[in-house]
Amino acid sequence: MPRLNAIGELMVLHERLRADRANGGTILTVCGGTGCQANRSGAVIDEIRAELVRQGLSDRVTLRVTGCQGFCEQGPIMVIDPSNVFYCHIEPEDVAEIISRSIQGNEVIERLLYTDPATGKKVRTEAEIPFYRAQDRVLLSQNRQVDPCAIEDYIAIGGYSALARVLTEFDPGAVIAEISASGLRGRGGGGFPTGRKWADCRAAAGDEKYIICNADEGDPGAYMDRSVLEGNPHAVLEGMAIGSWAVGAEQGYVYVRKEYPLAVDHTRTAIAQAREFGLLGENILGSGFNFDVEVARGGGAFICGESTALMASVEGKVGEPRPKDVHTVEDGLWHRPTTLNNVETWANVPSIITNGAAWFAAKGTDGSKGTKIFALTGRVRNTGLVEVAMGTPLRKIIFDIGGGATNGRAIKAVQTGGPSGGCLPAKLFDLSVDFETLAQAGSMVGSGGMVVMDEKTCMVDVAKYFLAFLLDESCGKCVPCRLGIDRMLEIVTDISEGRGRPEQIPLLEELAETVRETSLCALGKTAPNPVVSTLRYFREEYMAHITEKRCPAGVCRELIEYVIDPEKCTGCGVCLRACPHGAISGAKKEPHVIDPLTCRKCGICAEGCTFEAITVYSGGMLCCST
Amino acid sequence: MPDNSVETIIGKRRSQPHQLIEVLQDIQEAQGYISQEAATVVSHNLGVPLIEVYRAASFYKALSLEPRGKHVITLCTGTACHVRGSHVLLDQASSKLGMDNGGTTKDGLFTVERVNCLGACAIGPVVVLNGAYHHHMTSAKLSSVIDAVLKDEVPQAGDAAPALQYRDKDYGIPKRE
Repeated sequence: MPRLNAIGELMVLHERLRADRANGGTILTVCGGTGCQANRSGAVIDEIRAELVRQGLSDRVTLRVTGCQGFCEQGPIMVIDPSNVFYCHIEPEDVAEIISRSIQGNEVIERLLYTDPATGKKVRTEAEIPFYRAQDRVLLSQNRQVDPCAIEDYIAIGGYSALARVLTEFDPGAVIAEISASGLRGRGGGGFPTGRKWADCRAAAGDEKYIICNADEGDPGAYMDRSVLEGNPHAVLEGMAIGSWAVGAEQGYVYVRKEYPLAVDHTRTAIAQAREFGLLGENILGSGFNFDVEVARGGGAFICGESTALMASVEGKVGEPRPKDVHTVEDGLWHRPTTLNNVETWANVPSIITNGAAWFAAKGTDGSKGTKIFALTGRVRNTGLVEVAMGTPLRKIIFDIGGGATNGRAIKAVQTGGPSGGCLPAKLFDLSVDFETLAQAGSMVGSGGMVVMDEKTCMVDVAKYFLAFLLDESCGKCVPCRLGIDRMLEIVTDISEGRGRPEQIPLLEELAETVRETSLCALGKTAPNPVVSTLRYFREEYMAHITEKRCPAGVCRELIEYVIDPEKCTGCGVCLRACPHGAISGAKKEPHVIDPLTCRKCGICAEGCTFEAITVYSGGMLCCST
Repeated sequence: MPDNSVETIIGKRRSQPHQLIEVLQDIQEAQGYISQEAATVVSHNLGVPLIEVYRAASFYKALSLEPRGKHVITLCTGTACHVRGSHVLLDQASSKLGMDNGGTTKDGLFTVERVNCLGACAIGPVVVLNGAYHHHMTSAKLSSVIDAVLKDEVPQAGDAAPALQYRDKDYGIPKRE
């Protein structure tokens, strides 16, 4: 019977598991997150298991399959401890060699090491990799230490001891005071002080209260919640249990996107294990405290990330938001007081209790404390999850950690905060990343997506993309959001297709103001941000589309033309075969031509041309190279 | 053969209206869509008016009122995939399979659908074929993936690659009987 009936039993188990880990020899840590699985880490892991048996090492070597470690671009990745050697892009065929040379022997296999793109040099250990070195990985480092499906791993690194401490040493008020003192603010986008939310929920009238973990991470370009839930679900459950003790709830829900199947699985497994160990359910650790958690899957609706829409969805209804005159901390799920926090917020709670509020508050800026995970993606060399202290300059994240632009192109902007955020130009990259600074600049921290854009990204197209996204995801309940976004999209589409008129810009700005002021929920209120911020910083691109009918980045289809340079074309025929619309003709070894009337401007031809013979023209000018 | 009937799926959730979305998702997973019969059975068993069942089924993107194709190609169009050129993929898949802008082929072999983000942004553009993730997609790679399916070389929906097994170590803690 593994059930832990007293706090002392948890401590004994922790000591035993910790000692086990401390004197176990070699540990092979392999990432099994969604990103690495797409890179066939499953096959690599199967091969490692088989090879360890073949070479008779199963007893000496521990294989730890973890959740997402964040450096997805390099996957599958492996770290060999204690030497800390880091291998990337591993194929199943490399496994036998790794085990015989790097584990049986002490050799390092050069070809599997990471190459620093800045210096071109091979890097031997994980600790030396610039992508990791410049980060401050508090939450993400736990992902690296635990198998998400093994509660024992989490207990071994001190898991559930914060809950145990709270149950013995803290009354609910003291927990709330500690969280308030830490300065923790919501990681999901709103940035609301967590301690205040808990205090309000605790004070709200009613015996029955609820706790919700918002894992409906719908923001395109953000995936830290998936990684934390997938890689370390017990930290989230422990945070929720501590929160429920603080506010006086007995039931919690994890609302997780159906598009994250691994996160759904791991959360369910973690809940079952925590129940089995007596860390969820009735009489937790013999303290008399009851708390249980259920999983609710999101149905693929972005609006369900909004708290009131999410609660409607948990209740089995259509996910439409409602006015928040009365806050959800008083009138939430089933009209009961409800505390809803995001995955990352919950995951921060146990370490704040363990290490103290001062430890958390020591990092960050005056208004934004602690570390935050960002998803660095788009046109940047090192894409992946980046955890840094709040207040870190954008430049450090994009260049020191991200390694700068791909293909030597110039980085033009970074989009932060998803569809509710904005685009910040390269000249503002010295801004510090915290709630206040980014909001002042017209963007937001949001959930932490950072999509890097270079000169091949058209900012009018980006604005159009987000408006189309929001139009698609607007629930349609309130008029300003439903119709306002549609009208804004109509104008931006006119501009991107060459029908734009200068007087449409002030109209667009007026509409943006109205939608922001009058929409019901945050989706509508923030919907104009991508348009407003691109108009603020990239107005000249809008004007090029309107007055010159030219798309400088060569993206907007109605304004561009694909042309084959006869000087460079060798007549190899790759583009001719690749074109799905049959728009390319030409004899073998003769320069090919594109028929502008048949061409649908998809760019598939240019993607495959190895001679850079296919170029994009717009308004009579050559656009930046394809 | 697992029992995929709507009654079995509802199981112990009878008369629990708040389970509507969960039940519909399970039916979607097991049967590929929400049929009229399924919607009626759900309505009766959960005690939810039929119109509310339809309202939910048409509101949530994960639920479909039409049968989906035998093979489902999901294209991620999140921001990170978009700036890396995911629009080319929709073009490629649509023109290759003779559809306008996604949808299901007439022979019911393929469904091409878009999703607003799969959370695998670092390895985009991402395409999911019958549950298996394909990363750094280009139109050429997508084209060969579709060709492979046409030649029956890729696992079909329902029997995609086996799930990765976690939990390697035996922690010496006996399972509860």
